[in-house]
Amino acid sequence: MSRLVVTNAGPATSVQDAGRFGAQRYGLTPSGAMDRLALATANALVGNPPFTAAIELGPFGATFTAQDGPIRIAVAGASRSIRIDDRVLPLNHSATLAVGERLVLSAAREGVFSYLAIEGGVLGEAAFGSLSVNARAGLGSPVPRPLQNGDHLDVRAATERNEHALPPLPPSPDPIRVVLGPQDDEFGDAVKTFLDGAWTISATSDRMGYRLEGPVVRHQHGHNIVSDGTVNGSIQVPGNGQPIVLMPDRGTTGGYPKIATVIGADLGRFAQMPPGRPFRFQAVSVAEARRAAVAFAALLRDLPARMVDVAHFEFNVAALQNANVAGSAVNAVDAGTWQSEPQQDQQP
Amino acid sequence: MAAEFLPPRILPSGDAAITVEFSRRIDDDANRRVLALDRLLKAAPIAGITETVPTYRSLLVHYDPLQIDLDSLAPRLIALAAQPVTDAITSRHWRIPVAYGGEHGIDLDDVAKTLGLTPDALIARHTAPIYRVAMIGFTPGWSYLSGLDPSLELSRRQEPRLRTPPGTVSIGGVQTGIQCIAGPSGWHLLGQTPVRTYQLQRDPVFLLEPGDTLNLYAIDAKTFAEMDRAAEHGEIVAELAAS
Repeated sequence: MSRLVVTNAGPATSVQDAGRFGAQRYGLTPSGAMDRLALATANALVGNPPFTAAIELGPFGATFTAQDGPIRIAVAGASRSIRIDDRVLPLNHSATLAVGERLVLSAAREGVFSYLAIEGGVLGEAAFGSLSVNARAGLGSPVPRPLQNGDHLDVRAATERNEHALPPLPPSPDPIRVVLGPQDDEFGDAVKTFLDGAWTISATSDRMGYRLEGPVVRHQHGHNIVSDGTVNGSIQVPGNGQPIVLMPDRGTTGGYPKIATVIGADLGRFAQMPPGRPFRFQAVSVAEARRAAVAFAALLRDLPARMVDVAHFEFNVAALQNANVAGSAVNAVDAGTWQSEPQQDQQP
Repeated sequence: MAAEFLPPRILPSGDAAITVEFSRRIDDDANRRVLALDRLLKAAPIAGITETVPTYRSLLVHYDPLQIDLDSLAPRLIALAAQPVTDAITSRHWRIPVAYGGEHGIDLDDVAKTLGLTPDALIARHTAPIYRVAMIGFTPGWSYLSGLDPSLELSRRQEPRLRTPPGTVSIGGVQTGIQCIAGPSGWHLLGQTPVRTYQLQRDPVFLLEPGDTLNLYAIDAKTFAEMDRAAEHGEIVAELAAS
């Protein structure tokens, strides 16, 4: 057994897996990783099943130390500088921490969420099939709250296994695909405003919801509906006409009309959208969204097959520096303004 | 009765859920149909449906798009929704203790004044009905009850409170409800129950089911304190009777 010690954690660092499903009928929010592809990528690199519990990092940095035994890790998702003591570790690349070595992750440079996967997973006790942290409901394991400095996570000692890498997928410039509804008929012509508009994500966003800034989307019949069920990706429009996209820590029901829903295949990419960068939505049919879901499932399934064995990998400093240049060419997330406290986007 | 058999609207909620909507308003008949459909799906599960979330007026059906598609799911749900609705949705009836007013319900006096009632008359009207758990949502165990005396209808507060206490019993609009954990709310706080509708270390974790009926009865602050201690240790301080 090894231990991963949290030496310095940003406020949005928490254990997450696929989430907690089956009790939304009792008001239990699903939680779970904001970007499932990144979670599955990090897990594949250390030989885990795709949705094994890992450590999700928000835009802030974090530092960990290995104790008692070696620990195999990999980081995927938002790009950031990763160092093991004096070595540089690329994104999408497994490595083994020796006892006493420090893993230092900087704030995100491109994207928002990264996943630190550990060979064998984070060990804990599942509630409703998940270790994901839901602090309000007192759920999450090994601790029912975001990680804090000094926390110790029990993990398995690294096995004899080669390190692996996955070529990062190129960032997609495509619009975020949505299925209109369930309440698009509350909006009339404003559906066009929503689809034609250029949107940015507000810095006052969190794991419950992403607030959008852009043209005002007007309701035809007022902004109160009788509460009904929500899903990950529901786009609700409150009275000010600025939509909020509900994310995995959402309330299970909500009383604002929902103009559209981000499709499952695009939700992780949407979650990684940095505040302030303009993007658009594109309406697709349910049948198209289903084809995208099939393709996304295939992408997840094929991750292990795409991995490269890098037993004799030399850290490629030139390639790394190029990646860093690409990362710095876009506006970095202002980590200081990203929300660490829950917003009040939903009411009973 | 003809209206009861209008087919529901099938509204896509992304690629992995559909909303089966029976009404756009808070409507008792619609809620019965929602709960009846939910129960039919529980009795005879359709492969590919992952979970259901009943609400006042619609049933949200989550499904796995890799297992089933909308075109085959929708007609099956419409067919099930056309089945006659039985009157009793579940056979469970609860008696739930509530400490009204004072620190347990800081809005009781103001609400009574606004409605032109004495606090005691307000409590009497709030404890008189047999309520039905129309839905549970928002946060764990937050139970929305149908059956509020129409004379107690009151718009929500202009400024929602950021934190209301666990166990709060409140009214908002035509609704009344029991929340379990502390959280934001724009409803008017009438009282507090020691009953935990959600408690992780207890079996069952969730006490109430959508469709359960219940009535509220008033207790004093001392009884609240005693029951609250017992509930803290996992005791179910609500009484269950078969109805």
